[in-house]
Amino acid sequence: MGNLFKIALRNLLRYKRRTLLTSSLITIGVMAVLLFVAISGAFKNMMISQITDSMIGHLQVHKRGYVASIDNLPLHLNLAPKEVQIIERELDDMAGVEAYSPRIKFGGMFSNFEETTNVRLNGVDPARELASAPLLAKRLLQGKESAVMIKSGEILVPELLARGMKVKLGDTVVIVATNRDGSVNAKTFTVSGVLEGLSGPGGRDGYVHIDDAKEILRIDGIEANEYAIRLKDPGALHEVQAHLTESLAANLNKQNMPKFEIHSWEKLSPFYNIARMIDLMTLFIRIMLISIVLVSVMNVMIMAVFERIKEIGTIAAIGTRPGKILSLFLIEGLSLGILGSLIGSILSLAAILILQANPLTFDFGRQKGLVLSPTVDLNEILIVSLLVIAISTLASLQPAFKASRMEPVTAMRQV
Amino acid sequence: MNLVKARGIRKTYQAGEVEVQALKDLSFEIEPASFVSFVGPSGSGKTTLLNLVGCLDRPSGGSLSVAGTDVFSLGRADGATFRGRNIGFVFQDFNLIPVLSVFENVEYPLLMASSLGAKERRDRVESLLEMVGMTDQAKKYPNQVSGGQMQRVAIARALVADPKLVLADEPTANLDHDTAYMVIDLMKSMKEMKKTTFIFSTHDPKIVGEAEIIYTLEDGTLVNREDRRPNHG
Repeated sequence: MGNLFKIALRNLLRYKRRTLLTSSLITIGVMAVLLFVAISGAFKNMMISQITDSMIGHLQVHKRGYVASIDNLPLHLNLAPKEVQIIERELDDMAGVEAYSPRIKFGGMFSNFEETTNVRLNGVDPARELASAPLLAKRLLQGKESAVMIKSGEILVPELLARGMKVKLGDTVVIVATNRDGSVNAKTFTVSGVLEGLSGPGGRDGYVHIDDAKEILRIDGIEANEYAIRLKDPGALHEVQAHLTESLAANLNKQNMPKFEIHSWEKLSPFYNIARMIDLMTLFIRIMLISIVLVSVMNVMIMAVFERIKEIGTIAAIGTRPGKILSLFLIEGLSLGILGSLIGSILSLAAILILQANPLTFDFGRQKGLVLSPTVDLNEILIVSLLVIAISTLASLQPAFKASRMEPVTAMRQV
Repeated sequence: MNLVKARGIRKTYQAGEVEVQALKDLSFEIEPASFVSFVGPSGSGKTTLLNLVGCLDRPSGGSLSVAGTDVFSLGRADGATFRGRNIGFVFQDFNLIPVLSVFENVEYPLLMASSLGAKERRDRVESLLEMVGMTDQAKKYPNQVSGGQMQRVAIARALVADPKLVLADEPTANLDHDTAYMVIDLMKSMKEMKKTTFIFSTHDPKIVGEAEIIYTLEDGTLVNREDRRPNHG
């Protein structure tokens, strides 16, 4: 086999320019894929972390049916104290969970004493909320950074609402809400911060302390209607979700259905579709790479067979079995693939290192100067390289088969 | 026992709509360690016959045994293995592999058709290169040596696997007169040293004279057999 490799490599070196051109095409293709994967992956991961760390968390737990009617913020689907205990016990025991935050989401009226409008609010325990959504502080457009540690009587107002109602930091506002029984209650708050709005569910909600939410809604004891969960490893999302679903599955409602629903950010955020589009684009780029490799290697191998017909006839005549002739040409294609993918991987890694040293920045909404830090993992390099090598070999198969089937006499007659 | 035994070999092929009879009912026998020539004008069927004996082509009829094997019954892969073990070839155009050095060209059949170890291969190649006087050119590539030297390399390559039979189709056609004689002398001395049967075709009457047995072909038919060995005439 070693000798076949030696001969195959010499054959490739015989046509230096053609080999260089073909391996360059493969190199460019590999670079295009790896750089696209690195940059789009960095963008995707950054956007996902923006969404999960600013608001949604990686997972959320609700009572069954809550998410389906989340637009109404139904208080009758609040998690009762006993259910809260069950959920918190499971989350405390779960190794993959870094932090979680109970929320009481509710709708109400927002008044600045001159005008009144609707508002959606999250009642949160600020310390637990920040542990679960650490980028909440970054959403503050006005107010001190410490404002995210909401105190009783303070409110973080969503930006559009603040602008529309012309409220500013330190203003007093009134929140009026209807509780589960239909009675109305009100409480005054001081505006301690203005939050940037985000796309997706809950992106334009205000925040108050959970004790204030309970006071307005006249809730006694421990209640919540949403648990936002932050994981230690976002890559273990589905694993933890499955584990949590399984561990909570024993709690059934009157319809004999599981009481709780566990949703991942993928189900809750519309950005997941964009993330899937990025994955789809990566797939198309890979298909383009396959096409480039297939066409270029097949072309060069067809030419190689065509130009070496007499030589093929000679090696067949002097006793080379058809299988070895086939192997010889397959190895030539394989070598082109190895060469192109090796150089392409090295150049891609160098380009990624350069991009890491000189980071790309971009703006997303009001967020300025977001830094992209492209990375590519070893698995991706291996997958792309193996794909290229396999396609190169496959592309050589037809010309190699043709060479191995040549009749020595006919082949040697060729000039 | 005869090394080659042909009975009623026929070969026809289509040239457009015309059926051409390249070989017509040939029968002959060739003994081991003999130096045989097939002579005849162009188109008489010499190359076709050598291709059949060399297991490179298939006949339209008849039977042919080489080294005790019915070569017409061999498939593509088995035919290649048989050639690699039993038959060496010397071609008119030398047909050396351009990407391999002189040494590697001679070694090539051993790599492809034998299971010899590296040391045995090297010893055998060096020994043959010495026999054909090409030791000092071993590292050169085919485009760096002369036509006569290329043919010497081709002879070494043909003999390296210790075949019972070497077929040489017009081995001197592309060589000048002196070189042609040198190549024929080399083949003869190899035949003496290794007891290998050489069958070559030529249309050069002077070269023909070097053969021990001469078969004359005309229009695909054997018209004469001349045995020039002492006590065989």
